[in-house]
Amino acid sequence: MNIGVFVCHCGSNIAGTVDTVAVAKAALAYPEVVFATDTMYACSEPGQAGIIEAVQKYELDGVVVASCTPRMHEATFRRTVERAGLNRYMFEMANIREHVSWIGKDKDANTNKAAELVHIAVEKLRRNTELTAGEFTINKRVMVIGGGVAGIQAALDCADGGLEVVLVEREPSIGGKMSKLDKTFPTVDCSSCILGPRMVDIAQNPNITLYTLSEVESVDGFVGNFDVKVRRKAAYVDWTLCTGCGECAAKCPSKKTPDRFNEFIGKTTAINIPFPQAIPKKASINAAACLMLTKGKCGACVKACPAGAIQFKQEDEIVTEQVGAVIVATGYDLFDFTQYGEYGGGRYPDVITSMQYERLLSASGPTEGHIKRPSDGKEPKDIVFIQCVGSRDKSIGRPYCSGFCCMYTAKQTILTKDHLPESQSYVFYMDIRSPGKGYDEFIRRAMEEYGARYIRGRVSAIQPKNGRYLIKGVNTLMGDQVEIEADLVVLAVGAEAAKGAPQLAEKLRISYDTYGFYMEGHPKLKPVETNTAGIYLAGSCQGPKDIPSSVAQGGAAASKVLGLFSKDKLASDPQVSSVSLQRCIGCAKCQSVCPFGAIEMTQFRGMTKASVIATVCQGCGNCTSACPQGAIQLSHFTDNQILAEVHALCPY
Amino acid sequence: MSVLEGKELRIIGFLCNWCSYGGADTAGVGRFTQPTDLRIIKLPCTGRINPLFVVRAFLNGADGVLVSGCHPRDCHYTAGNFYARRRLEVLRSLLPVMGIEPARFEYTWVSASEGQRWRTVVQKFTEQIHGLGPIPAFKSGTCLEACLGTAI
Ligand SMILES: Cc1cc2nc3c(=O)[nH]c(=O)nc-3n(C[C@H](O)[C@H](O)[C@H](O)COP(=O)(O)OP(=O)(O)OC[C@H]3O[C@@H](n4cnc5c(N)ncnc54)[C@H](O)[C@@H]3O)c2cc1C
Ligand code: SF4
Ligand code: SF4
Ligand code: FES
Repeated sequence: MNIGVFVCHCGSNIAGTVDTVAVAKAALAYPEVVFATDTMYACSEPGQAGIIEAVQKYELDGVVVASCTPRMHEATFRRTVERAGLNRYMFEMANIREHVSWIGKDKDANTNKAAELVHIAVEKLRRNTELTAGEFTINKRVMVIGGGVAGIQAALDCADGGLEVVLVEREPSIGGKMSKLDKTFPTVDCSSCILGPRMVDIAQNPNITLYTLSEVESVDGFVGNFDVKVRRKAAYVDWTLCTGCGECAAKCPSKKTPDRFNEFIGKTTAINIPFPQAIPKKASINAAACLMLTKGKCGACVKACPAGAIQFKQEDEIVTEQVGAVIVATGYDLFDFTQYGEYGGGRYPDVITSMQYERLLSASGPTEGHIKRPSDGKEPKDIVFIQCVGSRDKSIGRPYCSGFCCMYTAKQTILTKDHLPESQSYVFYMDIRSPGKGYDEFIRRAMEEYGARYIRGRVSAIQPKNGRYLIKGVNTLMGDQVEIEADLVVLAVGAEAAKGAPQLAEKLRISYDTYGFYMEGHPKLKPVETNTAGIYLAGSCQGPKDIPSSVAQGGAAASKVLGLFSKDKLASDPQVSSVSLQRCIGCAKCQSVCPFGAIEMTQFRGMTKASVIATVCQGCGNCTSACPQGAIQLSHFTDNQILAEVHALCPY
Repeated sequence: MSVLEGKELRIIGFLCNWCSYGGADTAGVGRFTQPTDLRIIKLPCTGRINPLFVVRAFLNGADGVLVSGCHPRDCHYTAGNFYARRRLEVLRSLLPVMGIEPARFEYTWVSASEGQRWRTVVQKFTEQIHGLGPIPAFKSGTCLEACLGTAI
């Protein structure tokens, strides 16, 4: 075998602390290396041309590039060697940037280390075999999980692109947080006026199957061929019959049911349609509040329903959907501020969250758009807004910025002035973050046109005082204490990962960060991909995002899926396991450890042998480690290859 | 080339591709300076680690071996690290029988975002190995050597 080695300078990124010429020289001493050189930027046009030229000139059979991490450019160089006429798997990388030049100070030690990393790459490459990707067919249906604005956009774009879409939402209606908002920044246009029509589009699009009150139960399979089990929770109402007339709710005697949609401001009935624009507009029963389901007597709704749709015996149903790709758009949830003692820990009725305030502002909310204090229903005059409640606070494990609270607080001060011209808003803030288009101008408008008073500093205590509240804080710009009396306090609670986000991630086999937000494939270059093929992200499930960004991501994820489905077949990664029939004794150990069910036990001349389903194998190599015979080997990570790498480093 | 005389000891890292290798990359991107002794062998998953790779490294002169994968429940292949944990626990208990100080071997979990943590892991482990010094040479032809030869 003729191996060529290319040691990249990466400008001064590598060459600054690694003697790349010396590394190339050392490489020439490794077995089967016939050519080695240093190169300025291996990944650049001339760099790649240099590799192709050398492959042809020195009749190379394999190439090692020592440069950045393979996560960065492995795919690039595989294409390069392919253009040079080699098999794309006759290529290895040595990571001498992230793992050497950027972390070591001593140039001699770095150079020596880089040369050794090239050595193990050479030893591995010597034992590589040419691999050809197989092909498999794809099921061109897509599942979108989460029906907030991001998921709605993704579903509509996919459906417009001609795909069949299955949209799964765990609440009774789609719409997500945006359906609870009154108006939206920075244009102050009515939220349900822009979202409502899109929700209706979802209901009317023949390409979209909508499952609300549903959650993903399990996910099997792989890109192109996922089997997803969806649990459709019992609504206790037959939705094929329900017309959404609302007669049931009007007659339901259980009138003190907590109102989730209205953020627990006000009460609803046990059977209800969460809000007038709900999609689907169907009633469902809150089992915990229903007299029939808890005590066995009532049935008022049965009598009221003209369609005969009530079904107390309805049970959860599991449906299986086959899809080729999944877009996750499960959004975020809000921080529970009651862990902060200084804001009353939830004891004061007129200290409310920003989302509760949205419901008070909303014309379809529990107060029909009149701002009233929850305690006594009076109109407030002085209102204090506190920003960064549960954001940028290391002490509670929320060091990140929730991104949209500065903006929605400014919006809420503007709306407050519109609703109550006599009122005065005060905003305690840490910093104002308003980098979007028209955003800073919007904050200025809140201050200058609407007279919101912005105080830079934190609040240390809220105390009840004569039916009002005394807010004590500091003004860090003036360096003094401030005390404000207010009728209502609105906390700009931060965003956190949606409830159950990690559990869903585990079902989908995607990664999530310390806070439960999903990890994108690459922070800059793959914002809506995940590291699991065929699974994409949209909206705030990846990190807090405002509506424009969520919508942009919904569209981006849809275009990724449409791109994926533009081919009829997908290439499978050929770095999979295979079984040596001579060695296999049919013990099935490999089968029992394979996480993907990729191994079948088959009969071969009357003997039981393992056999790998290449399109299902994901290449983890767990079977290879389990096999007592060394019979099942993961290609390009065989026992011999790994031992050769060990020997290269530990030669005694 | 070999170990830099007097400066470095021989430390081998077996890292899974998805989390810890990424964590080491993140540390690099953050320019988190680390000791230079460690050499990383990339594997798809810690589930690919046959404990005998570790034994082979020690027999051939490694002074320390570090294994790192995804945090429990985060394995890219769902369960590889659970298998690894069981296999490596058995290995750990057998190391003294083989005449290898257990402190020369460690396994841990580092995610792709934990660049800082990766640096700490590398620093601590390297210090620990320097504390122990070079591994005493194994005599060739021992029965351990013979066993290993037949096992893989
Ligand atoms: C008080 C407040 C005011 C705001 N005002 C504005 C504004 O004026 N302008 C603006 O641009 N942004 C505003 N925002 C931000 C806005 O809410 C978000 O940008 C937007 O809602 C993000 O949409 P999403 O689809 O990513 O997530 P979400 O709206 O959270 O939607 C996620 C959906 O997924 C569902 N879901 C979650 N988990 C699962 C699961 N496991 N299975 C199935 N379904 C699941 C949820 O039920 C939900 O329907 C505001 C936020 C707050 C808190
Ligand atoms: S490498 Fe082995 S254990 Fe892993 S997915 Fe493939 S067959 Fe299953
Ligand atoms: S573990 Fe090895 S010997 Fe046993 S069935 Fe699988 S391939 Fe065959
Ligand atoms: S992929 Fe990291 S431990 Fe399995």
